[in-house]
Amino acid sequence: MIELTGVHKAFGANRVLNGVDLRIGRGESMVIIGGSGTGKSVLLKCILGLITPDSGTILLDGHDVAQAERDAFLARFGMLFQGSALFDSMTVWENVAFRLLRGSLKRPKPEAKEIAIEKLRRVGLGPQVADLFPAELSGGMQKRVGLARAIAANPEIIFFDEPTTGLDPIMSGVINDLIREIVSEMGATAMTITHDMTSVRAIADHVAMLHGGIVRWTGPVSEMDATSDPYVQQFIHGRAEGPIPSVR
Amino acid sequence: MTDLVAGALAGIGRPVLDLLALIGRVTLWAASAISHMLRPPFYWREFGQAVMQIGWYSLPVVGMTAIFTGGALALQIYAGGNRFGAEAVVPQIVAIGMARELGPVLGGLMVAARVASSIAAEIGTMKVTEQIDALTTLSTDPMKYLVAPRLLAATLTVPVLVAVGDSIGIMGGWLVGITRLDFNSATYLKNTADFLEVWDVGSGLVKGAVFGFIVALMGCWHGMNSGRGAQGVGAATKAAVVSASVLILAANYLLTEVFFSA
Repeated sequence: MIELTGVHKAFGANRVLNGVDLRIGRGESMVIIGGSGTGKSVLLKCILGLITPDSGTILLDGHDVAQAERDAFLARFGMLFQGSALFDSMTVWENVAFRLLRGSLKRPKPEAKEIAIEKLRRVGLGPQVADLFPAELSGGMQKRVGLARAIAANPEIIFFDEPTTGLDPIMSGVINDLIREIVSEMGATAMTITHDMTSVRAIADHVAMLHGGIVRWTGPVSEMDATSDPYVQQFIHGRAEGPIPSVR
Repeated sequence: MTDLVAGALAGIGRPVLDLLALIGRVTLWAASAISHMLRPPFYWREFGQAVMQIGWYSLPVVGMTAIFTGGALALQIYAGGNRFGAEAVVPQIVAIGMARELGPVLGGLMVAARVASSIAAEIGTMKVTEQIDALTTLSTDPMKYLVAPRLLAATLTVPVLVAVGDSIGIMGGWLVGITRLDFNSATYLKNTADFLEVWDVGSGLVKGAVFGFIVALMGCWHGMNSGRGAQGVGAATKAAVVSASVLILAANYLLTEVFFSA
């Protein structure tokens, strides 16, 4: 279980997170929505320790993540980055098996490659792509490779940062379905950041809306459409008129 | 009037304080990078790739620089020595000039241009495309995986490049000496070997190691602190080359002062 209490983060005068309180249950798929620049990615990076919050606490299973032993802590996570963040100098299978080729999870090379090919197959890519370089793949295929890398070490918690950005609607649907299937199959806790309402409906058990540095609304996805919160209503219907200024 | 003076002083003081703060940050970062070089885990594959990139692929440019510099040096010393009947010192001065100064400094500058830029661009691009964050989430410390292998490789390979550059530069002087200045080949080589002392070469190799460290440090520092987008990476690349070059020249003066001041 991940629990955030009063998390603040500012960059100079820009107060991005202004006291975020959020709870994500074990095995739950939480989707964070909110406009551009509202601190969704910053929030996610604070949980991972890539950015240090100015104040507040972030607990993972009751333990403060700031005190956690980094390797053991990060070994529980997998992450799909917005631009996939694949390593250009490595082949596809080396990217997927990155964690299995070094560190505490190190396996013999043939075994790591076998696992990588299996994970590629899980995201719908054949073994023929294993020896290609990321630059030789389309955006959708890169996203799938990023997804395969995120799940390669069977993490307990998976973060997805804008998983469908830049993809066509069909490929977005494929990625959404894959995320939903994989999260259910692995029993993993998932946290997804997205603007894409189709993704929200496909992936989420719970939704939280971030605005003005705080969580304005959170609840089950089934209650999202019925909520009277004007911020959520404006966002999910994509209206220019409403409490969220269109020029930010 | 008082406000004007205070404003002028603040105008001078602020950049000085900023510069001192920057020097402090780079120094602490360099100390951290050195500690990562000495503690496991060691990424030998990345180290091997860095040796190839920094050392092996820099050989042609260092060799070309050295051969033309050695040749030009021989012509200059001959022309200058001619003014007071000292043309015969060409082999000795070419040898000492290449080994102590020109080999390490020009080698260091050429490596700075080729390698500091490439390291800064590569790491800067990795930063803006979130590959550095990806490394961290994959339980891999970027300081150990990206910085330490490059620092170690540059510190070890640039002295080798300097040694090769010294030899090629001396050969350039010898070629010009025997083809253009009527030196006897055997005499030229004997004079070079007899005159050159171990410390002449050794000091140049120590300089090479320091310059190699500076080149990799500046490449990695500017790459890791690169701004966003193509403009950020471009600025980091330029800053890496300029700062590495200036630091090499400053370090060269300090080392020469330490090694050879009377």
